[in-house]
Amino acid sequence: MTSPTPAGAPALIAMRGIVKRFGEFTANAGIDLDIVAGEAHALLGENGAGKSTLVKILYGLLEPTEGEIRLDGRPICFEDPEAARAAGIGMVFQHFSLFDNLTVAENIALVLPRGEKLAGLGARIEAVTKRYGLKLEANRPVWTLSAGERQRIEIARCLLQDPKLIVLDEPTSVLTPQEAETLFATLDVLRAEGRAILYISHRLEEVRRLCNRATVLRAGRVVATCDPREQSARALAAMMVGSHIVDVRAKPADAAGPERLRVEQLSLPAEDMHGVCLVDVSMQVRAGEVFGLAGIAGNGQDELFAALSGERLAAQSGAVRIDGISVGRDNITLRRQYGAAFVPEERNGHAAAPDFTLSQNVILSRHATGGVTSGAFVDLPAARALARDIIKDFDVRASGADPAARTLSGGNLQKFLVGREISRNPSVLVLNQPTWGVDASASAAIRQLLIDLARQGSAVLVISQDLDELFEISDRMAVIHDGRVSQALIARNTTREEIGLLMGGADMTKAIHAH
Amino acid sequence: MRIDLEARSAPSKVIEFCAPLLALCAAVLIGGGCIALLGKSPVDAFSVYFVAPLAEIWSLQEVAVKAGPLILIAIGLSFCYRANLWNIGAEGQFVMGGLAGGMIAIATFDGAGQGVFGSFWILPAMLIAGTLAGLAYALIPAILKVKLGVSEILTSLMLVYIAEIILDYLVRGRLRDPKGFNFPQSVPFDDVARLPFLMEGERLHGGILLALLAVAIAAVVMRRTLFGFDVRLVGSAPKAARFAGFSDARVTLAVFAISGGAAGLAGVCEVAGQIGQLQPVISPGYGFAAIIVAFLGRLQPVGILIAGFVLSLTTIGGEGAQISMKVPLDMTRAFQGILLMCVLAADVFTRYRMRISFGGRA
Repeated sequence: MTSPTPAGAPALIAMRGIVKRFGEFTANAGIDLDIVAGEAHALLGENGAGKSTLVKILYGLLEPTEGEIRLDGRPICFEDPEAARAAGIGMVFQHFSLFDNLTVAENIALVLPRGEKLAGLGARIEAVTKRYGLKLEANRPVWTLSAGERQRIEIARCLLQDPKLIVLDEPTSVLTPQEAETLFATLDVLRAEGRAILYISHRLEEVRRLCNRATVLRAGRVVATCDPREQSARALAAMMVGSHIVDVRAKPADAAGPERLRVEQLSLPAEDMHGVCLVDVSMQVRAGEVFGLAGIAGNGQDELFAALSGERLAAQSGAVRIDGISVGRDNITLRRQYGAAFVPEERNGHAAAPDFTLSQNVILSRHATGGVTSGAFVDLPAARALARDIIKDFDVRASGADPAARTLSGGNLQKFLVGREISRNPSVLVLNQPTWGVDASASAAIRQLLIDLARQGSAVLVISQDLDELFEISDRMAVIHDGRVSQALIARNTTREEIGLLMGGADMTKAIHAH
Repeated sequence: MRIDLEARSAPSKVIEFCAPLLALCAAVLIGGGCIALLGKSPVDAFSVYFVAPLAEIWSLQEVAVKAGPLILIAIGLSFCYRANLWNIGAEGQFVMGGLAGGMIAIATFDGAGQGVFGSFWILPAMLIAGTLAGLAYALIPAILKVKLGVSEILTSLMLVYIAEIILDYLVRGRLRDPKGFNFPQSVPFDDVARLPFLMEGERLHGGILLALLAVAIAAVVMRRTLFGFDVRLVGSAPKAARFAGFSDARVTLAVFAISGGAAGLAGVCEVAGQIGQLQPVISPGYGFAAIIVAFLGRLQPVGILIAGFVLSLTTIGGEGAQISMKVPLDMTRAFQGILLMCVLAADVFTRYRMRISFGGRA
């Protein structure tokens, strides 16, 4: 199927028959894609559909096995991203490609064409960031910045190159609704200037708001092209997964049960001078409810997660209580033994060891709560059996009996990791960004699991940047901003705008319907 | 031109098994080339290197005698390297172990201090003292790292030179044999302070048995215990190890204690087995060569066992080549380096496929 180009408009970029194989695996199986100047073109597909591979080929990071790319009608073959940038293709990655030890300005200078003068770069950065509303301090080292700020560097350094085509990979995942609107306004301006935009997102509402054309990939092939404004989000999602998406059953919680997780005046100093400190955080999560904590990345979510899990200890043991037991000074192992379970944001490297097998990753978080050890020894057969059960019960797609964690796709690994904790029947479950970078069907499955767990009497705390997700599953919500947590709001009595204002730092003392 | 390394989806078992052998072949080819450039016959050289030491009982024993300390130290180091901690100072821990054990032998020389207990405890006490001394000496860089964040690479390496100087000072001073014509060496140890020889009148002593025992214990600990899991996890994904509830500091102290203890034990075995007295220098560089052994053996206990014998073989063969063919000793060292490079390169190629492409700019 070839994409219909708007009548008369010559393609800026024409990709023809793009094939990319990695060993026996075919990531792209003959993809055609046209992008014309001034359009916002969405690239949709589940994780593993081949979007990233296609974009990397376009940006000169990968070489296609077969196929041809034409820019303004001339065949091209980018040897590296520098060549792609010189030809006018800019890229904003989902996973940031920044050097942590360098400053904002140095990171931007790195991608400038060779020979460009560094003098006056600071002023140019300031001009661009001001014009597009990207708040950045040029001399801050990157390691001190939040994910949101890091993304702004990526956007700024892309815009400094004056690109003809801008590729954005999941750009709004770290923005508030209001910030996202500002970004859309920026993108509209860029389009009006005649630049093309290739927009990759899981957020279908956003795609419908922003894009005038969409190409849907599934298993390395183009399965549909359409005008997303004429389709419902559900219809787009169905094209992506090739089947009907099941709605999450979000029946309201029964009468609130007893309090299972209590945080009381938890304060935690920042780990370094640019880190976020937690200030007087108080909240309660009760049996039977899903509690959603919204907030933009880098506002203390990671610090709060570490304080709740016991990876960092509070000053007072009463600051964190699990089922009435003060655990603020206890380590993560003890907290697990009291019945709590945790799912951190970063799958590979934090929640799981990428080079370890799934059964070894079961031992990772469950060695202290029985079943996979006997005395000082690990019980490998028991761990393998448990991993098999998790794979089966939580519908994890994995190749081989006990593969390494890194070989699973993001969605499947996340299902495994959530399943690893839920299968223990925890009394308290704390998750940080549980569906970040997870495809639509896996996200829906995970949300359903969280609701089901809560309805069985557990307390579930979900820290997320995805407001759609939080509104879908939360009974109560609060917002974390600059290390402070707002009062809790009843989710069905509040609006995205209200939460969005709190996320942007509106005065918390004026929090609206206190619960 | 662009060189890409593409990860292989699943490295084949056959290749994984053959890679070290292919690496050995490649090293022999490169080494042979070097020897040919020296104007000697590579075929003769390699028969001296690899075949001659295996042809006679005495040289076979010599290979095992040298392999013992290499294996014992490398087994200990593999715990550190698995946890991504860099103990470069096994040489110093070896020296301290030999010194501590040797001091007991000297204190009990000629029946002194044996009293009613007899002499059966002397050798076990030496082995324990040597192990503890190496362990304690290795804990210095570990504690500095845990408490103050000092790089363990630098401190463990620098402590080697301190240990060597302490040994040298004591052997020239307080520990010198008063009847030894002023030679800088201690009294020869009593038989009760010597490791028994495995065969009457030969040179192979009990140290090799301790090395084999260490291999067996390490294999079980690494694969089967929660501690081994912990060590591998800390090395592979430190943040995940903290999430698992394992303490970095505890692992750091434990693996340094293990590697220091093993090196100390190797040191006391060397003085109680091979040398039989304290001398200003008791190690021909075992502590450093063991680093090569640990990596040649891919940090796996059985691999280290094999690698220890291979490296020992090239050392003995190198000595033979030096005597019979006048090939310089540096050639032996260079060959050991070439061998390590080839093994590491083979490791990369089992996991990645190299693709060289020539493409023009747009």
